[in-house]
Amino acid sequence: MMNEGSELSVTIAQIVQRLKGTHLHSQLEKQAKECLHRPEIRLESIKEDVRKFLRATGWERKLQNAVYRELHILPPSGHPEAPLEHTKEPLAYMRKAQASWEKRILKSLNSMCTELGVPLARKRPVLEQKELTSKWNEMGADEPDLSKFRPVYAPKDFLEVLINLKNPNHDHSDGLTARSHWGLIPISLSVRDVPQLREAYPELSLSCSQLGIDDHAHVPPDLFESEHIRIGKKVVDEQDSAAAQQYSRQGSPTGLRAQLWALILNITNDPEDVAHYEQLKAAVIHHDLLVDNLIYKDVKLTASNDDYYFVFEDVLYQVLLCFSRDTAVLEHFSYNSATPPKSYIQGKTGEEEFAVVYPPNVPLLPCQMGIVCRLGVIPFHGFSMYVAPLCFLYNEPCKLYSVFREMYVRYFFRLHSISSSPSGIVSLCLQFERLLQIHLPQLFFHLQEIMAQPLRIAFKWMVRAFSGYLSTDQLLLLWDRILGYDSLELVAVLAAAVFAFRAENLMEVTSLASAEAVLADLSTLKVMPLLQIFLFANVI
Amino acid sequence: MSKTGNHIKADSNHREGRSCVRYKCSLMNTVLDVLHQRPGWVEVKEDGEWDFNWCDVGWLRENFDHSYMEEHVRICHFRNHYELTRKNLMVKNLKRYRKTVEREAGRLEAVKCDFFPLTFVLPSEYHLFVEDFKRSPGSTWIMKPVARSQGKGIFLFRKLKDIMEWKKVKICSSNTDCTRSDEQRDEAQVESYVVQSYIENPYLIHGRKFDLRVYILVTSYLPLKAWLYRDGFARFSNTRFSLRTIDDQYVHLTNVAVQKTAPVYNPEKGCKWQMQQLRRYLTAKHGTYVVEELFKDIDNIFIRSLQSVQKVIINDKHCFELYGYDILLDQDLKPWLIEVNASPSLTASNQDDYEMKYSLIEDTLHIVDMEGRLTGKEKRVGGFDLMWNDGPVFRENAGLETLGSPFQTANTHLGGVNDRKKQLRQLLKPFPGQKKV
Repeated sequence: MMNEGSELSVTIAQIVQRLKGTHLHSQLEKQAKECLHRPEIRLESIKEDVRKFLRATGWERKLQNAVYRELHILPPSGHPEAPLEHTKEPLAYMRKAQASWEKRILKSLNSMCTELGVPLARKRPVLEQKELTSKWNEMGADEPDLSKFRPVYAPKDFLEVLINLKNPNHDHSDGLTARSHWGLIPISLSVRDVPQLREAYPELSLSCSQLGIDDHAHVPPDLFESEHIRIGKKVVDEQDSAAAQQYSRQGSPTGLRAQLWALILNITNDPEDVAHYEQLKAAVIHHDLLVDNLIYKDVKLTASNDDYYFVFEDVLYQVLLCFSRDTAVLEHFSYNSATPPKSYIQGKTGEEEFAVVYPPNVPLLPCQMGIVCRLGVIPFHGFSMYVAPLCFLYNEPCKLYSVFREMYVRYFFRLHSISSSPSGIVSLCLQFERLLQIHLPQLFFHLQEIMAQPLRIAFKWMVRAFSGYLSTDQLLLLWDRILGYDSLELVAVLAAAVFAFRAENLMEVTSLASAEAVLADLSTLKVMPLLQIFLFANVI
Repeated sequence: MSKTGNHIKADSNHREGRSCVRYKCSLMNTVLDVLHQRPGWVEVKEDGEWDFNWCDVGWLRENFDHSYMEEHVRICHFRNHYELTRKNLMVKNLKRYRKTVEREAGRLEAVKCDFFPLTFVLPSEYHLFVEDFKRSPGSTWIMKPVARSQGKGIFLFRKLKDIMEWKKVKICSSNTDCTRSDEQRDEAQVESYVVQSYIENPYLIHGRKFDLRVYILVTSYLPLKAWLYRDGFARFSNTRFSLRTIDDQYVHLTNVAVQKTAPVYNPEKGCKWQMQQLRRYLTAKHGTYVVEELFKDIDNIFIRSLQSVQKVIINDKHCFELYGYDILLDQDLKPWLIEVNASPSLTASNQDDYEMKYSLIEDTLHIVDMEGRLTGKEKRVGGFDLMWNDGPVFRENAGLETLGSPFQTANTHLGGVNDRKKQLRQLLKPFPGQKKV
């Protein structure tokens, strides 16, 4: 049993390790060295004085923000003997389920390769590279023939996997009972109920003002909005990550949101970040991946068809094509051990950067010139919608990329991988079902009776964190709170709140199709009042 | 037109209203739907007597001067609206107005009139144009026929030789061409064009150019009474903006009609953003203050353009007019007036567009108020905000505190929340003949 003290030292050591060698580290060293010339630095109290200087010039704040960021993505500390993957995901059956899901996806990708006769990866001829470089900013102008490509999977396929999860410790000896078929998710995880949620989200309570409610046209701005904006400006001036996160719980003003989110996510646009993006861009120019076609197709089918996001088509390619090659993203959550087995193709060993990171028993397609690339995240149908709302806030591809990547690494990945995390999709689904079962049992029963399981309808909303379903301004208000509370829990709560809001109509329907129709259009919903009423105005 | 006995005497606060309105409508789109569904409004046959006419400009030109209209009758155009909407006349009026402003209020004030790009009327100002052309070599110019719409006949050029041919053809062929449409006969014998400095640095959103369509309702020119509609939209060009391809008409013209025929137009997409969306996007990028200043500058365009034709337009209490203003933003977030349309398209491109245009027309009819339900003191009716009422209109109600205060905000909400249904419920009494709900 680790005591708190040693746990803390381990955490500190981990963070120090991660920050070593970063641009921030070198900058701090440089600043510390240069300040030695300054008159206020005295030899006898050099440590104190240098510290004071760094504090006064805002460098300590930058370090604080960086540490804060690391704390966000550090996996919870476990037993010192436990391997990393166990601390990332303590439940063995979850790990296994995720691993087999990943295998399935890769297998599906491989069979698409074979079926279509398209290589998984292919080096571009020089002419093609030149062409792509020149039209880097207008990739949307192309209309390639994508008819033969299908998305690797859609959210509903993933839902089937979740429904079939099995906890080996669960006692099924009772057989099928009404209880065991009360919802779709067959496992038990600890999820919070309304009384606990009230305690966890006090800033959303009826007595607390916030954007999305108290900035309504009829409310005089003096009551809340003006002051909130003033505080927001101060937070941005102070460049304080933690303060920005706390502030965001009451919503970010439209004019400050881009800066606040960048602060919360600690996007500093260091030369490192710029170089990383340029590297990925070079990788895109250099070789073509099968996955690229899936990205094209996804963007064309979803974002390009959206009334508002179609403008961002070009920049979406710029972000997503780079993202699919960003294997550094995987290290944050992958359950594969730190150095996964690599496979080489057709005897081209030694080409380190072009090795395939596959589980070894997955059949591989021989690729042209024996070059295969490391694969990052493989997109599913609707994946581009994670990025589209961010295009409203950020213009330069590099910054947009950094913001998206950080949001993915903190939140979005949990929506399409199997884990026991309270922000993971499994917990969210379970929480959604539980909230409905406890607070709207009649509705839940009715929907079940007509074979319209609520989760089947709500799942697609949750997987996309409502992107593309809510109107953009409402979506951004929701994502303000996701960032503010560092949790995706509100996605599940909102899904339940939507059902509660339309309960009357849903009680009248008699088929899954009609239930879907009642819930087809969420674009007029106001997110914050829904959440507030569900959490704080319902009689428990 | 004979008086019929179906007008009702409302109480002393309200105008006389009519419980049955006979209307004519020459359009077959959203307008007709709104008129059909308005309680108490009845369509009349060809030669029947009417109280309300949503006509097209052709009908107006042929019939207005020969029609006697009783006091209550309303028609949707001013007789000589083209002083504002024909590009050459608008330019003439704006230039004259600017001179007046400079003379009366000085240079600083006159600068506020510099919202239209440098424009010359051809062929009359051809020599002036050439002078200016030579002063800024390499810049791009756009040629527009004065009377046509939907982007027809417009082209861009950089070299004088590109228009030499055109010049020969157009100027010489005037008198002999009998195939001209009615619109063009209104002009002097030559089909006039305007040549305008092309805005080479438009504000782009992810590489795409767009312009704004805003709706202004004028119910009187003397005194000037104008309303601004909260909804509107930004129309995007389908392809990325680049000065390299002047010939690619599709890039430069953001008109929906032109975009519809462009090779990559996807009709499902309807490359438009609602004004609210655009406003939010700009606010997220530039902050609230900058965007508020921008919208103030846009208000300025409406007011001054209307003032410039105030004395020229034949004011007639029977007339009202719903204008479609086209505004372009440049990279410095300066708005430019491109054009004013007296017959903005009221055909909907999709469901959302239909609902917006339906509401727009409905609110127009509320303001025209054949039913006599308004007091005349309203500052807001549905999605329309009273922008100018023989003087600026402010959000704050006048009182001792506000007298002379510099902190009054204009009563305009372009791109703001349009909760019109709620507002109308509170504002309007039921239609005459309808039971109170």
